[in-house]
Amino acid sequence: MGRWVTACAIDDVDEEDVIRFDHEGKVYAIYKSPQGEFFATNGVCTHEHAYLSDGLVMGDIIECPKHNGRFDYRTGAARSAPACVDLATFPVRIEGEDVLVEVG
Amino acid sequence: MAGRVIVGAGECGARAALALRGRGFDGPIHLVGEEAELPYERPPLSKAVLAEDGAPPRQVVNEAALAERSITLHRANPAVAIDRDARIVRLADGGALCYDLLLLATGARPRRLQKDGAEIAGIHYLRHMADCRALRQRLGSGAKLLVLGGGFLGLEIAATARRRGCAVTLIETQPRVLMRGVPADIADVVAARHRAAGVDLRCGVGIAGIAADETGAAVTLADGSRLAGDLLVACVGAVPNTELAAAAGLTVDNGIVVDARLRTGDPAIFAVGDCCAFPLSSRDGRVMRLESWRCALEQAEAVAGSMLGEERPFETVPWFWSDQYELSLQVAGLPEPDHAIVERRLADDAFILFHLDATGRLAAASDIGPDGSIARDIRLAEMLIARRARPDPALLSRAEVKLKGLLAA
Repeated sequence: MGRWVTACAIDDVDEEDVIRFDHEGKVYAIYKSPQGEFFATNGVCTHEHAYLSDGLVMGDIIECPKHNGRFDYRTGAARSAPACVDLATFPVRIEGEDVLVEVG
Repeated sequence: MAGRVIVGAGECGARAALALRGRGFDGPIHLVGEEAELPYERPPLSKAVLAEDGAPPRQVVNEAALAERSITLHRANPAVAIDRDARIVRLADGGALCYDLLLLATGARPRRLQKDGAEIAGIHYLRHMADCRALRQRLGSGAKLLVLGGGFLGLEIAATARRRGCAVTLIETQPRVLMRGVPADIADVVAARHRAAGVDLRCGVGIAGIAADETGAAVTLADGSRLAGDLLVACVGAVPNTELAAAAGLTVDNGIVVDARLRTGDPAIFAVGDCCAFPLSSRDGRVMRLESWRCALEQAEAVAGSMLGEERPFETVPWFWSDQYELSLQVAGLPEPDHAIVERRLADDAFILFHLDATGRLAAASDIGPDGSIARDIRLAEMLIARRARPDPALLSRAEVKLKGLLAA
């Protein structure tokens, strides 16, 4: 079973935006959708090493800052070249003001 | 059975093949390449793949994925002629492929240095994986490298070679590096970084002579001084591979000329990537040829739609990037010398320049900073360019004003 860890506070992320969360040597990306819902994926692009937290969130899509590969951050699905391998996703829940992620 | 034939198995051609299949085309697809490799990404050849002995190229697609999609790859077997009447592409090994639609993704090749009309031997160039292997093999620690040309490619090779411990001299005949398409303020940061890394940067010098062989290379400057090294790599631009198209009677004007759907004058033949000249939407349809990795990828996607009968015109904002040392620089749009420039400081070591045309329209944006720090703003700037926005310069200059907000305005 995974463990739930606090990644950030709900106000740390703007709507339609992403921040980076580091935990035990792993990098995660925490997203807030335009509707205010939270999601988490692996924080590094599957194409080439780049932090997705430097990328741009547009609707349900995170676009990698390096080469503009796109993923649906809700499912991790790769949506456009050069990205072709899906992102790992992680369950998220809100407790009070905290955003918790279930790490692997 | 005739199908889709794609001439050029670089990243653009390979991605077009994948896109055709991805969009449901179920006839034969032939991908014709001159190299022995599987299709791979070229940008890392001046960076990560050059940096490490034995590093493989990063493949766009592997054998299994090609087989699964029934894409036939013809390796090391370039197309040598197109018979438009019979709709046949002839290959170097004597084979022939029938097509109902043909895509030319023949790319570009390095401009080669000549003397008295003949190519100067013994000079390295970088385009293919084979070039990268040949260059890499000579870049052992301590080698003295001469780089001719201060564009993206020459500078990236210089940075990689310095990281490998090579002594590097870079020679640029223009007054500064990155004269083409990068503003002086950004080029200055790049030049300073190279000098700090120990590159001997010689800009604005005339070249009187070049000599190279397997054992060494030397460049004689106009002032008579002589720069010597173990090898010389020339990065002095690229020329589009248009010979096949021209021989087949297609219109060529600094690239194979295509319309907004990426189709040549022959409705059965399309062209994409570095080899084509296309109407650039963000430049009011001016026909241009770009050497842009991302544009080639976008065109590969778009042409698959065109070849399946879609009528949507191709739209893009040109986008270029370069990674050198820890720095990343990006340019969206095409900066012109007469643009007004508005600077936005993103951090001590990162800034973005907005290039506004005479009407106040955002025509281009360029930036530089530590890897990753600048990508988001340039992407938003690009979206503003695509929308033909005329943002308030005062807002552009203030880092606390979110560009995303300007986009929504």
